[in-house]
Amino acid sequence: MQNRLLLGHPQLAITIGRLCQQLIENHQNFGNTVLLGLQPRGIFLAERVKERLESFTGTDINLGYLDATFFRDDFRRRDSPVRANATKIDFLIEGKKVILIDDVFYTGRSVKAALDAMTAFGRPEKVELLALVVRNYAKHVPIFPDYIGKKVNTLDNQKVLVEWKNEGEKVDEDNVWLINKEG
Amino acid sequence: MEQLSTKHLLGIKNLTPEDIQLIFQTADEFKDVINRPIKKVPSLRDITIANVFFENSTRTKLSFELAEKRLSADIVNFSSSNSSVKKGETLLDTVNNILSMKVDMVVMRHASPGAPHFLSKHIDANIVNAGDGTHEHPTQALLDTYSIRERLGDVAGKKVAIIGDILHSRVALSNIFALQKLGAEVMVCGPNTLLPKYISSLGVKVELDVKKALQWCDVANILRIQLERQHIKYFPSLREYSLYYGVNKALLDSLDKEIVVMHPGPINRGVELNSDVADSENAIILDQVENGVAVRMAVLYLLASVSK
Repeated sequence: MQNRLLLGHPQLAITIGRLCQQLIENHQNFGNTVLLGLQPRGIFLAERVKERLESFTGTDINLGYLDATFFRDDFRRRDSPVRANATKIDFLIEGKKVILIDDVFYTGRSVKAALDAMTAFGRPEKVELLALVVRNYAKHVPIFPDYIGKKVNTLDNQKVLVEWKNEGEKVDEDNVWLINKEG
Repeated sequence: MEQLSTKHLLGIKNLTPEDIQLIFQTADEFKDVINRPIKKVPSLRDITIANVFFENSTRTKLSFELAEKRLSADIVNFSSSNSSVKKGETLLDTVNNILSMKVDMVVMRHASPGAPHFLSKHIDANIVNAGDGTHEHPTQALLDTYSIRERLGDVAGKKVAIIGDILHSRVALSNIFALQKLGAEVMVCGPNTLLPKYISSLGVKVELDVKKALQWCDVANILRIQLERQHIKYFPSLREYSLYYGVNKALLDSLDKEIVVMHPGPINRGVELNSDVADSENAIILDQVENGVAVRMAVLYLLASVSK
């Protein structure tokens, strides 16, 4: 089976723009709202969302990176361990509205771990989840995004890859691919 | 690389440079964790760790215990002074009895070099060497090199002098291995009687004059005089040792550069190190203690994640 382009230029930029408009509708001037990009791949989307929101609203918006590696429920159950990434949250989330941002929503377990990891930084007033791509019919826990870029039907032997321009790889533009895993 | 190449931490000699870098990168994230208001993660919640100490220890044992608790592990503590070892039980029997209680990891300190290596051949649990006689003390070397990396940005290319009782020091040997694997230059300095005969075969520089050693190095790691391991006189008196090998502010002021001062603790103040240096800006001794918890968390976490 061929790899399939799910979102390319300019659809991906339009989708991110639409997600930002939805966020503005619910959070207005973002005075009490912060963004948290989930490590490792959600941070690239979070940076683009922050950039677009700031250009739409003209205000500075807090963005942090959250790594949930130490809170995962599959430690010692995977073939290879997940490498920890940096958590960087330079602001308080106590009493704030938090928007968790990830590129792909699959089983929901990473988001569950992220919710646990977040408790070390305070008790937010409200938590919402934004995902660029949702893989249908795959969730293991009762968690689902509030803001969705695109829903796709996938098989277990496929994965969704979000490529970001200037990410260190030789990628000319932002793309979302449906990849067939080897084996 | 996301996984250690070994199931046990028996010594630095068994680690690859990639293993050490992975431990450092993981420790960076744990250091962030232990500086949060909630200093705990649930990673090892289904793991039981036995701290088996056949030799006295204060800071290493405390540091391991704190690291284990921060990772949510269950802990059993064993010390030989109040155990069946006193009744003649062998090391293997003692540990097997502990393992029968379904223990997943053993952190062990023992007076005999090679004790953890022996144990690793006979039991299935992960073993962490917390010091085996005068042989190795790998987690101390890891936290020392991690502290150098933190202060100076990198270990590669740095000149590190290890000063003092090299002969009886497991810290010295582990540090030599770790520093060399990370690309640092190493010098040992001490009285001739406290330098092992074949130390230069490890590829280290040897210097008898402490001032020359300090002039040469970027980092001075000053070791404790281990009176408890010295059964004969290696130098005339502590006073004389302090006079010739003690590091003090006057000595550091006489250099034409700043150096970083380290000590694995506990310090014999006024013998190998004076308070005017130990408590100065140059010293990163308390950073070493803080980093010890983060590094040990990283070691335990990574060993626990090694595929069985």
